[in-house]
Amino acid sequence: MIAVEHITKRYGSQTAVDDVSFVCEPGTVTGFLGPNGAGKSTTLRMICGLTTPTAGSATVFGVPYRSLPNPGRHVGVLLDASAMHAGRTGRETLTIAALTLGVGTDRVPALLERVGLERSAWRKRVGQYSLGMRQRLGIAQALLTDPRMLVLDEPANGLDPEGIHWMRGLLRDFADRGGTVLLSSHLLREVEAVADQLVVIGNGKIVAQGSKAELLAGTGIYVRALDDAALGRALGAAGLESRPGPDGGRLVDADAEAVGRAAAQAGVVLLELRPADGAGLEELFLKLTASEPVLEEAA
Amino acid sequence: MSATTLPAPLRDPAPSLGRLTQVELRKTVDTRAGRWMLAVIALLTVGVTVVFVLAAESEERNFTQLFQVLQVPTGVLLPVLGILLVTSEWSQRTALTTFTLVPVRERVIAAKTLAVVVLAFAAVVLTLLFAALGTIGFGSDGSWEFGLDPLAEIVVMQLAGMLGGLAFGLAFQTSAPAIVLYFVLPTVFGVLGEIIPGADDVMRWIDIGQSTLPLGEGETTGKEWARFGTSVAVWVALPALVGLWRLRRTEIK
Repeated sequence: MIAVEHITKRYGSQTAVDDVSFVCEPGTVTGFLGPNGAGKSTTLRMICGLTTPTAGSATVFGVPYRSLPNPGRHVGVLLDASAMHAGRTGRETLTIAALTLGVGTDRVPALLERVGLERSAWRKRVGQYSLGMRQRLGIAQALLTDPRMLVLDEPANGLDPEGIHWMRGLLRDFADRGGTVLLSSHLLREVEAVADQLVVIGNGKIVAQGSKAELLAGTGIYVRALDDAALGRALGAAGLESRPGPDGGRLVDADAEAVGRAAAQAGVVLLELRPADGAGLEELFLKLTASEPVLEEAA
Repeated sequence: MSATTLPAPLRDPAPSLGRLTQVELRKTVDTRAGRWMLAVIALLTVGVTVVFVLAAESEERNFTQLFQVLQVPTGVLLPVLGILLVTSEWSQRTALTTFTLVPVRERVIAAKTLAVVVLAFAAVVLTLLFAALGTIGFGSDGSWEFGLDPLAEIVVMQLAGMLGGLAFGLAFQTSAPAIVLYFVLPTVFGVLGEIIPGADDVMRWIDIGQSTLPLGEGETTGKEWARFGTSVAVWVALPALVGLWRLRRTEIK
């Protein structure tokens, strides 16, 4: 279990992380969402003992990360896939980690294969790797000890669609076997597909938190018509409040039947009528990204 | 929190210092830059040996002289190796992984220090080997005369140089300023000692360039050792303390 309690980090007068609390339970994937510069990386570094919080605390398995004698045995961490020695080969990078952790280096080839790095890449220097390949190598490093917990910062960055799909499967499987996963992302869609729990952070503060089902529920109906303006008028005439959806269409806080009837009455041709899942969250997310100055993520 | 208060499954031991030292030694040879550095040191040692055997005056054609001369290339390059062993963690950003795997940061530095000691000894052994080869090359007029005192002094000198490099690397965390200042600052102090009236007396105790000169002959006096000691405190211990203080406080990004 990861427990973050009222954690705050200030740099001078700027507050990067402001009183953030959340819990990641075993068997679940927690998506830590926020625009760039929201404080995600700083929070993850505080969990891993690399950054000292100004206030509050973070624990893994009930104890501070730094009090674990050999934390890498229990927590697989990937904070930045680009933070690898460019002059070392992929295989050597993993070997160094295995030696440090005291696990057999004979596991290295199997792991490189497991994360889908081709044999020809093993002997290549990491400087020649694409970001996606570095992400795979970083995942291999995080999985080196068969940990019970994963902390991953933007692991999908640089991965191709196949890679993202693979990563989702891997994380889902890891959690289904009882592991705890915390992963951050600045892309809602990326996390939505795999996370059970969502923690949304903006400008250092938590703005939404809960199970995916909770956060996606109650966001109403998404409806799209051949003529969205006519649809808007039809809904208005039926006494239903609506607002523009993220990609055209309208969002309505009503049930599908009421919306359908209103459209039918006005003779508006509908193209889509469905629960808005995520649209509400996406709206919140877009608002966060748009209204706040995007500070360079302190990474 | 002590290990005993941890739940049993989390109590597995931290990586031993010996293992971490092995890892640090491996880091010096597993990159192209590292291998180049070591190759340059070896090549310079070979080159100096060859030139010395071919060109040395007859009174210099002995093991001790050649051994002393061979300390020059290693003496310049080993500190750079020490600097890079620390600064590459920041320039390549591997510190993020290193200190995540070993959260007690001082342990990493202890391992780097031990690795530096091993490397300094290895360098001395290498120069002993080439001094021997060169002495064979001198032929009949070569002298094998050699004492343990100069050897001990050379070891101390090389250790101080390399640990100084490590300390500078730790204090600056960036390669370029650490390397430049490592070589420039002591020189500047030496020059200051000469141009400021009366400073000479003080500088003899601070200027590590000056205080190192007597070492290597096996005839260093107690006062000379004391001067060497104080200058090492200034150029090795002080930057090491600053570096450790910085390491404890800074966040690893």
